[in-house]
Order: sequence, then structure tokens, then C-alpha cells
Amino acid sequence: MAALATLRNASSLFGGYRFIYKNLVASRSHVWDSVQPNWNLQQRWYAVSHLSVQERIDKKREAARLGGGQARIDAQHKRGKLTARERVELLLDPDTFVEYDMFVEHRCSDFGMDSAQNKYPGDSVVTGQGRINGRLVYVFSQDFTVFGGSLSGAHAQKICKIMDQAVLVGAPVIGLNDSGGARIQEGVESLAGYADIFLRNVLVSGVVPQISLIMGPCAGGAVYSPALTDFTFMVKDTSYLFITGPDVVKSVTNEDVTQEELGGAKTHTAVSGVAHRAFENDVEALLNLREFFNFLPLSNKDPAPVMECHDPSDRLVPGLDTVVPFESTKAYDMLDIIHGIADERDFFEIMPNYAKNIVVGFARMNGRTVGIVGNQPKVASGCLDINSSVKGARFVRFCDAFNIPIITFVDVPGFLPGTAQEYGGIIRHGAKLLFAFAEATVPKITIITRKAYGGAYDVMSSKHLRGDVNYAWPSAEVAVMGAKGAVQIIFRGKENQAEAEAEYVETFANPFPAAVRGFVDDIIQPSSTRMRICRDLEVLVNKCQTNPWKKHANIPL
Amino acid sequence: MAAPRVTSGLQRVLLMLKNVHFKLGYRIVASRKQYSTVYDPNEKTFEKILIANRGEIACRIIKTCKKMGIKTVAVHSDVDSNAVHVKMADEAVCVGPAPTSKSYLNMDAIMEAIRKTRAEAVHPGYGFLSENKEFAKRLAAEGVTFIGPDTHAIQAMGDKIESKLIAKNAKVNTIPGFDGVVKDTDQAISIAREIGYPVMIKASAGGGGKGMRIAWNDEETREGFRFSSQEAASSFGDDRLLIEKFIDNPRHIEIQVLADKHGNALWLNERECSIQRRNQKVIEEAPSTFLDPNTRKQMGEQAVSLAKAVQYSSAGTVEFLVDSQRNFYFLEMNTRLQVEHPITECITGLDLVQEMIRIAKGYKLHQKQADIPIKGWAVESRVYAEDPYKSFGLPSIGRLSQYIEPLNLTNVRVDSGIKEGSDISIYYDPMISKLVTYGSTRAEALQRMVEALDSYVIRGVTHNISLLRDILIHPRFVKGDISTKFLPEVYPDGFKGHQLSDNGRRELLATAACLYVALQLRSRRFIGNQRVSTSHKEQNRWELSLKLDKDTHAVTVFSTGSLFTVELDGKRLNVTSEWNLASALLPVTIDGTQRTMQCLSRDASGNVSLQYLGTVFKIQVLNRKAADLNKHMPEKVPEDSGSILRSPMPGSVVAVSVKPGDMVSEGQEICVIEAMKMQNSMTAARTAKVKTVHCKAGDTVAEGDILIELGMD
Repeated sequence: MAALATLRNASSLFGGYRFIYKNLVASRSHVWDSVQPNWNLQQRWYAVSHLSVQERIDKKREAARLGGGQARIDAQHKRGKLTARERVELLLDPDTFVEYDMFVEHRCSDFGMDSAQNKYPGDSVVTGQGRINGRLVYVFSQDFTVFGGSLSGAHAQKICKIMDQAVLVGAPVIGLNDSGGARIQEGVESLAGYADIFLRNVLVSGVVPQISLIMGPCAGGAVYSPALTDFTFMVKDTSYLFITGPDVVKSVTNEDVTQEELGGAKTHTAVSGVAHRAFENDVEALLNLREFFNFLPLSNKDPAPVMECHDPSDRLVPGLDTVVPFESTKAYDMLDIIHGIADERDFFEIMPNYAKNIVVGFARMNGRTVGIVGNQPKVASGCLDINSSVKGARFVRFCDAFNIPIITFVDVPGFLPGTAQEYGGIIRHGAKLLFAFAEATVPKITIITRKAYGGAYDVMSSKHLRGDVNYAWPSAEVAVMGAKGAVQIIFRGKENQAEAEAEYVETFANPFPAAVRGFVDDIIQPSSTRMRICRDLEVLVNKCQTNPWKKHANIPL
Repeated sequence: MAAPRVTSGLQRVLLMLKNVHFKLGYRIVASRKQYSTVYDPNEKTFEKILIANRGEIACRIIKTCKKMGIKTVAVHSDVDSNAVHVKMADEAVCVGPAPTSKSYLNMDAIMEAIRKTRAEAVHPGYGFLSENKEFAKRLAAEGVTFIGPDTHAIQAMGDKIESKLIAKNAKVNTIPGFDGVVKDTDQAISIAREIGYPVMIKASAGGGGKGMRIAWNDEETREGFRFSSQEAASSFGDDRLLIEKFIDNPRHIEIQVLADKHGNALWLNERECSIQRRNQKVIEEAPSTFLDPNTRKQMGEQAVSLAKAVQYSSAGTVEFLVDSQRNFYFLEMNTRLQVEHPITECITGLDLVQEMIRIAKGYKLHQKQADIPIKGWAVESRVYAEDPYKSFGLPSIGRLSQYIEPLNLTNVRVDSGIKEGSDISIYYDPMISKLVTYGSTRAEALQRMVEALDSYVIRGVTHNISLLRDILIHPRFVKGDISTKFLPEVYPDGFKGHQLSDNGRRELLATAACLYVALQLRSRRFIGNQRVSTSHKEQNRWELSLKLDKDTHAVTVFSTGSLFTVELDGKRLNVTSEWNLASALLPVTIDGTQRTMQCLSRDASGNVSLQYLGTVFKIQVLNRKAADLNKHMPEKVPEDSGSILRSPMPGSVVAVSVKPGDMVSEGQEICVIEAMKMQNSMTAARTAKVKTVHCKAGDTVAEGDILIELGMD
């Protein structure tokens, strides 16, 4: 009863407040201070007090929504960039964004920062949660119009808050980066803020997916937050990532380099491998991010998502029967195979322009997200080198962390020889891919399409590394090495090398040596590959495998 | 390569059983039957035939052989070892590497294959060795039957100069011209002046439009002579040329003849082949709307008398040019099975391949001239892997990533030699298939053709379906008002795709909007417990902005189940479909009108490519909010096409006539690309200094490769 009475009181109070609010709206055009005395005459004091708070709330919210002001918003647009809020709106389902900490302000008082005009409600970042296609996600979006999006203690605190909550409820974190760097006026507080974020990036890693979309500058220490997240995407021509800018580079190393060359989207997607993909502009990037998000589970406790699928799981792919060329030296495009087997030919490739001799990305099989790894015979014969090993390893580990089955297509002639590779540490880096495949406990299906030579055969999700289902196409050749090299060793000094080669080919250049030992489970017709994978995934959906207890493994970094 | 697989007796029995099925009207076969292979088990025929060809025609011949219980041998180049004709044949022999001169034209290897497989007869198909008298002679010397006419007929008709003389003597109408080989450019010009412009320069040994050029003045004669002799040399190994009067605005109508070795000859009516580009046929039909029974009879009888004059046996085609007054002139006789033979089969019910085999075996024709009917109407579209936006078709290559023939429709015949996963390579003819439809009337056949083209799924290579379909619905074509000039007249600035009507634009935009909505709705449909918010109800009103070309359209879509109501341009359209988002075909019903569209691609940025009325349109669909914000996005500057010369097709560089620093004037030839044995002159788009040359003679280039860059001045 008491509760009901309170409720009633509260509702009448609310009604009164509403009435007052109407008046307020009517007198909106007046300046706040000049309006206040009128209310004093008309209303009881406690109501006025509410009014005053409400007005302040509205004013603050309005100010927060305007960020650094209209002039800076226009400048942002002029650069071909959207504002922090526009980005969030576009990324999330309509009317689902719930903002946190709109009233947080920076706490710096040095250099005149405590003056009213240097206070912006919400400071230089917009944070909150919302939905992408109905699924929960936490977002922060740095606001370049407020102090160039620089990171204050308050800014960092806001980001940390949503990251903490994301872990509590198990939902991904998306960061939209557009920041000039540390708030210099705040000194060490800003640095502390970065570290707080880094720490969370690390702790959250493998718990919920973390995605960074770089939509403006991101320089100095700031770059390490995106670097710690699972995926880093960039916007072409308007985003930059570097530790030190061109000016500093010039003064230290005397190199002349532009921002774009040093840390633009092209550099990071093709040369450094820092970014996983780049998009034409803000709008495209955000729309693509929505699409990408649908591939991911919300946390490491959720299974890989399954979407409604119109593509029959038993669809035969006749084109695959002829995709591997007659001559074993001739290249073909692994993407032809991947597009052929994936639902609706839909494949979201990760790092399409970096280490192109390996292809990684997400697709769906009968609606379920899978990670696909494939050697690309079209580039450097699909050999494994330092970059492709690292690219593959990181992708495999992401899939394993988030319960995404891994489909591996193998056509690998081996590791790339040469001093550049050896000096660069191919042994150490190649071991990463081996490590990643070996420790992965998600369903692993492997298809050897052609060559599986040497150590690279072992590495590429072989039966020996706990592959659940390993298939060979009739064109498969599993051997220690190709015929030419092998013949020079086993038939050294034999006169008729061609005959020896033919003998070797007859013995090893086919799937039988692996099949008779059970190292491949079956030799399958290529056109039936999709059907087989879909069936196997259904079988493996409840796969449960655990590695021995450890604090953590020691991947050869 | 492969040994004969099954004992001949057993296989014969199996095939006979199959044929019984066929005759009883075996379901699928019967519904697609366009000609009847009347198989008489008592008529002894060849045991085994080698097909000295590839692609669709090899497959076509193998089909009839199978029905007749004849074993087949395919020959193939190494790159073709997985080709359809190889898989269809009982045996296959590799006759060399990819270039035709080393494989399909390699007589030594083919003769060896014949000996090895003990084939009794050879069907040459069309092209390659089909009109090569040397090949026929070598076969005869080894006692192997050539399924085609005798050597002397090939020789007589293969030489354009000789054939014209024979035709004249046989009282066949001929075109005025110079009856001899043209020696050089100067003689060409003087002859051309004598006959009077325009003149046609063509290869004496030629056919299929290769080595053929039309000249309207001395300059063009000079250039034409040069190109034609080069092409003739590379295509036929014979650079002799001749010149004749060019008949302006003619129709190309040909008569199919069939003659046996006993002096009987029939004419199987005409084929109208006027729709051509660069003298190569694009769409053919039988019969012709233009011929009256009298003209048809005259043409038929002249054709037969020509056939008889050279003791012709087998199937052959006499080509005529027909002017607007229905005067007809003999053009040439093709002593082989013609590409477009299916339409004749459709209207006569004969199996020409079977007749050729019977005739070669020495049997008499069953039919009399009076038995040859014109039953209904048949149309053939040549579906090519080429880009119709460039000179009505420049070859394109690629891998057929998806390929579905429209055989779900009745009265459709598709002759093809490729399947999903096949490569269209630079080595061979870029034809994908011959799509044939027929009906009791012309309108019926055309309507079915339009439907078939809409439902034909070809992905991975550029194809000419947009052009084919646009021709088929053009009022002039529908009326039958056509000539060999049809394409340049109807599309004076080149083919630019189907031009949308207001209504068409609405249909296209409405479908694109609905497809977007269907995709958006689907992207929320997670199966199982995927923690999808249940507090938001499904969106049913969609404010969208669609961009087609430069125009933006505001569109509102209301969705209830699979029915969408679309508001655009003040009109309301109801769109229904199953919205199967995995299917290559997108059948929609718009206000009661059924359309089959195809979605070629779609991406997360809202870009969708829809094939509508044959043409692919690119549309960007964004929700209103994204469209508003899109205004702030910077325009990316497109490349200056005037400064960069890109290869319009894959091929090889024959000659580069400039070097960096040279001044070139607009229209000047700067290099020559050869593809599919056609030489294409590449010219400067404007007057400028050459900045960089990226190619040299002999290079192989892909479509879009930069050949030459021009400087800014």
C-alpha cells in the first residue's frame, strides 16, 4: 500500500512537472536568467528548483549533442568526415543508442582549461550501447570537434566504463577512433588514461570481440589501443595511424614522407599489416562494419551465430571439379573455391591486400559463421612466409577464441626459402601458425586441394594437429617435397632422372599415401565439398575439447 | 589415350535401349526435342567417328552420334582436357597445346589420333579443318570418310573467285566485282575505283567475317587491304584478297542445302542472318519475314543448281545478299555445317548432323523437296563472352563462376560446350552458346527468347545478353525491318545498354528497394538463441534513397511478409517475390507483371547490380539517414580516360607505333592488339605527347591493362 501511495504521489508530481515543462517550452526563446524571476512568482520554490535542474539537463544535453560547436562540425564535414554522433547513429539500429556519461567533463584546471568555454559536456568522446541488427554492442566514438578528440582522463574513464560493462554482460566493443592524441594540458593523467584503456583491451581480449575503426588521426600512444583489439579497419584518405608523424620522422631520420605514405590506409592494409581492411569513406565503413558484426558471436560464451540461409546446404558446386588446373605448376584463384562453397558466395575477407599468399576471412556455411583459411596459389604459389604465417595465425586464434569453426584449404608448396626469410625469423613466425592451429579446439575441417608439401602440410590444420575432418581432392599431392627436388635426393646419380621423377609422381603426387594412413579421412569429389562441410559442421557443433590447464600458453612471439 | 571402354556389342544394345526411351517420349528429352534423329537400327552406319573440333559443335555432333549408336572420339588441346566435349565422347585424344595451329589445326596429330582410335569417319564441325581440302585429301588417302562434301567441291567453293565463276555458269545471280586475286594496295585502289565505291575487300580463303573490310575511299582501301591481308594470313594461312561491289543496306539470307551422293539435292528453306556486327552474325531466324514464297523458291532452286554444279554432297549453305527490291546475289557457299543450323532443324524437324552422317555413308536422302516443311518459327541468339558496349562486342575472357542455362523453359534449345567452371580463354572463339527458341509464330518464338535470355545465368565473364535482348524488343526488329546495317543504324553511337522508360525505371528502382529491405529484414534473423533484442518490433516502413546514374530517388517501402508496397515518384507499386536471396534469379511480380531479374552483386555499402531487361544497372540503395550523411563524403576523382589507353580486351600486342616523347594526333593509331584473331587498331583519344609506353609487340595483355599513357599537353 505504501508503495502504491508513493507511486501515486510520484505520478502527480510528474504530472505537475509536465505542466511546468510545457510552460518552459513556451518560453524557450527567452534567455535563461531573464526567465527565472517569472517562475519564482508563479510556482512554488521546489518546483522551480526542479525546473532549474531540468533546464540545466536540457542545456547540457544540447551542448553535448553539439560537441565542439557548429563551426567545428562544419569543418569536420568539409574534411569528408562525419561527427562522432552521426557515426554512432549510422552504425547502430535506429533509436537503439543509449548514451552514457553525457555529463562527464574533463577535470583539468591548468592552462585555463577550467574556464566555462573550455568545458564540453561529455568531453571528447561519445560512449554508450546499442544494437546492430538487434544484437547488443558497446560503442565509443571519439569527437574530433572537441579538443581534436584528444584523450583526457575523463575521456579515458568513459571508455573504460563501457568496456567494463561490455565484459560484464558479454557484448563486443567497437571503437570509432578520431583523435589527435593525448590531451597535453592534462599531462600524466592523459597517459594514465591510455594505460587504463590498454589494460582493459588486454583483459577483454578473447572475452568479447573488440573492433577498431580508424576514422581520423590516431597517433602516438593512442595507436596501441587499436593494435590490441581484434580487428582494425580504416577509412581511405581520411585516417592515419602512426607512432610519430612526418615532422618527427623528418627531424629524426631525415626521411621525407607524407602522412598518407607513413600511416594511411594503403600503407597499413598493404605494407605493414596493421589494419585489416579499408573502406572508401565513413558511410561505407560504418555500413560494412554492421555487416561484419553479423559474423561475430557476442562473446566467448556464445556460439558462432547462425543466420537464416536460403542457400541449400547440399548444393553441388560443379565449377570446383575443374578449378584446379591440369598442370600442377599452373596457378588458380583460391577465392574461386571459397566463393563457390560459401553461402551465397558471400566472403568477408580479412587483410585482402596484405600477405596475399594466404587468404583469410569469414563466410557462412548453412547460415553458421566459419573462418576460412586458404593458401593462395595465385600469389607466390601460395607458399608460407613470415607475413602470411602471422596473418593466418592471428586469424585462427581469433576464431578459436570465439567458437568459430575453421575451414582450411590447403595448396602449399612449403615455406618460402631465402636469407630474407631466415634472417627475418621465418622459423619463429611460421611457428605461430603451427601453434595457432595446434592449440585451436573449435571444429577444424581441412581440404587439401592440391599440394601439401613438407612442414607446411603439417602446419595447415593437418590431421596430426587435431583436424576433425580432413579431406583430399583427387588432385591432392601430399609429400615431403615436389618431384624434382625429391628425385635429386633419393635417386642421386641415377641416369634417367625423368623416369625417376615419373616414378616419384606415380607414388606420391596423389592423395593415396595420406589416405591409406588415415591422415585424410576421405578423398572427395570437389563439387561435393560444400555439402560435406555443411554436414560435418552439423556433426561437430557440439564438439568439446579442452587443452591441459595452464596459466597461458607461450606462443613464440 | 583412352582405350575403347566397352565392348561394342554391349554398348550398342545399351544405346538402343536409350533410344527406345527417347522414342517413347522420355520426359526431359522429349520436352527439349527440336529435331528428330530417326534412328533405324537396320541401317548400318559408322562404328566410330572422330570429331575434329571442340566446344558446342563437337558436343552437338556427339549427341547425334550417341543417338545413332556410333562411338565417338574427341580431340582436344591440353587446356581443353576437362572440356565438356571431351567428357561426352567415348574416347579422347590430346592433339597438342592450346594454340589452334598446334592442336585443332594440327593435321598430323589428328591423323595420328584417327589411326590410333581406328575411327572410320571424321566430322569436322565448322571452322578449323572443316573446309580444308588438304585435310579431306589426307583422310581419303587413308580410307577415312570425311563427313562433308568431296574435295573438289570444297576447293571450288572455298575459293571465292572460283566459286563466283561456277555460280555464274550455274545461272546463279552474282555481285559485280573483280574476278581475280588483288596483288597489292595500288591495284586494290584502282580496282575499287573501277567497280565504284563502296567496295568490299575480303580474304579469298575467308569466312566468318575474318579478313573482311569495307572501304568507302582510297584511304580506307589502303588500310583495309593491309588489315585484311594480315588477318587472312593469321586466320587461314592464305593472304590472297579479292574486291567486289559492296551492296549497301542488304539483308543476308542463306539457303540450307542437303545433297546426297546420288545426285539428289534439297533446299531446306532460308535463314535470315542480317543482324550482324563486323560481318559476324548475332541473331538468326528461320524463316525470314522478308521472303515471299516465290523468292524463296527461286533462291532455293538456284542454291540447289549450284550444289549440283559442283556435285555437292552433304549439308551446305549458299549465302545470298538480298537488296530491298528482293534482288538476291550469290555471296559464297559454305561447304560445312553452319553455326546457325539449329534453326533450320527446328522448322524442318530434320537432324542435319544425322543426314550428313547418312550421306557420308552413301545413303540416299529420304525426303523429297515437297516433304520439307516450314513448321513454326525459330530464332537463334549467339551468346558470346564479349563486351557489347565496345563496338557491339569485344572479346572478354574469364572463368564461368556461375552458369545456368534456361532449360527450365519449354521450346528452348541451348547448344553449348561449356559448363560452370569452364574457362573462356583467349585461344578460342568466345562463343558461350547458341540459344535457340521456337514457337508456332514468330511472336511466340521471340517472346520465349526474351524470357530465356532473362533466365540465363552467366557469371564470371562479360557477355552480350544485354545487346541480344535489346535487339529482340526493338520495334524495327519486331517488325522484321532489318538489314546488315541494323546495329549501326539503331545504335549510331554504339550500344549503351537498354534505355529505361519511366515505367521501366520505376520497376527497376522498386525491385532494388525491395531487395534491400528483404536483405535488411533477413540480416536480423538469427537462428537459435542469439540474444537478439525482442523489445524492438520488426521495422515495416523503410525510408530509402536510391541512386541510379546521377539521379537520386526517394523511395518508401512498406513491408508485410513477402509483399512490399513501394512509393516512388508519386506512384505506388506492389512487388511480390519469394525473395530467395541465394538464387541467381530474382523473379518478381510488379503490379501483376512478371519480371525475371538477376542480382549480380550486392554489398554492404548498398550497391546492387541488377540485370533488368538484359542490361545490368548499378544502383546504390541507402536508408535516408545514410543518404543524408553521404552528402558529406568526398567525391573520389575518377581516372582521366583521355590520357590513359587501356587494352579493351585480353589479347596480344601486335605492334606499337609510338615511343615516349612522340607527338600523336587525335585518332592516330598508336598500337594494334590482336585478340581472337581480330586485329584492333588502338588510337589516341586526343593530340598529345606520349608519356609512357607500357607494352611492346608480342606482349600478352589483359583487359584493362594500361598500354600507353599520354602527357598533359
